[in-house]
Amino acid sequence: MSVGILGTKLGMTQIFDQETGKAIPVTVIQAGPCTITQVKTKETDGYTSVQIGFKEVKEKALTKPELGHLKRASASPLRHLKEYRIQDVSGYELGQTIKADLFNPGEIVDVSGNTIGRGFAGYQKRHNFKRGNMTHGSKNHRLPGSTGAGTTPGRVYPGKKMAGRYGGTKVTIRKLQVVEVDSEQNVLLIKGAVPGKPGTLLSIAPANIVGANN
Amino acid sequence: MNAEAIIRSIEAKHLKSDLPTIYVGDNVEVGVRIKEGNKERVQPYRGTVIAKRNGGISETITVRRIFQGVGVERVFLLHSPIVAHVKIERRGKVRRAKLYYLRDRVGKATRIKQRFDRSV
Repeated sequence: MSVGILGTKLGMTQIFDQETGKAIPVTVIQAGPCTITQVKTKETDGYTSVQIGFKEVKEKALTKPELGHLKRASASPLRHLKEYRIQDVSGYELGQTIKADLFNPGEIVDVSGNTIGRGFAGYQKRHNFKRGNMTHGSKNHRLPGSTGAGTTPGRVYPGKKMAGRYGGTKVTIRKLQVVEVDSEQNVLLIKGAVPGKPGTLLSIAPANIVGANN
Repeated sequence: MNAEAIIRSIEAKHLKSDLPTIYVGDNVEVGVRIKEGNKERVQPYRGTVIAKRNGGISETITVRRIFQGVGVERVFLLHSPIVAHVKIERRGKVRRAKLYYLRDRVGKATRIKQRFDRSV
């Protein structure tokens, strides 16, 4: 793993591949600038990682302990903090800024963020159950059907798919391609869709390839 | 800059500025870039614009023609590099935004009246 970057989703559009002429669906992400707020080492913390902060806010929006933590890195008040576990922390200093030019076009990244919350969702939306007939005298429209056997076992097995809260959970979309990097505006164009609505907080990190030696 | 302005500035790089104003009912020639091996050539596709979808960078036209007795409809993304050029051959006079009724007609019934108040 290496250090990623925090950003907000701006929306989606499409651009054209100038060679093949194909339309590429892209998500526009405002990535960074982020400040390194803490560098954890084996000696002080027992493991190595880099903590970055994103999104400047007013000083009154943060608590005194939060401000004190950021003061060590001489960073402006930042809303979001996130840690990236890495092997080698040399080369990372407190107060250093990370910008969108961390990535190059063509690079493969993982993007994680909160999905759109759907509230208390029924069987069809949450688990893709089939629905019953809407007409022909049927009174079963969106019911779940059977939830199990009768007297034996006399209970519903744990894990049975039922209605409930859906969405609003952290999801990682893996192996997305970086299409374009605008280092002036700190904007990343990533091929495909990412979790959440425009304005949602996202973490973009180099792809975690299973089996690769890192 | 807000989100919409940033997205628009990204799209602006890919938008064409030399497109003519196309109306539904027009007869057009669309130059389609075709790659054969490593050679590239432009193939003309002629037909009637039966539908238009406005959407900034994803603006499309649907062009219908009769090829060897079979109706063919192609949807062109106007700002795509595959569309080399669009030439207006004839302006048509129609009273609908979508000319899907042409699909149910054959021969002389598919003709569209020409209009002369719009320049080609």
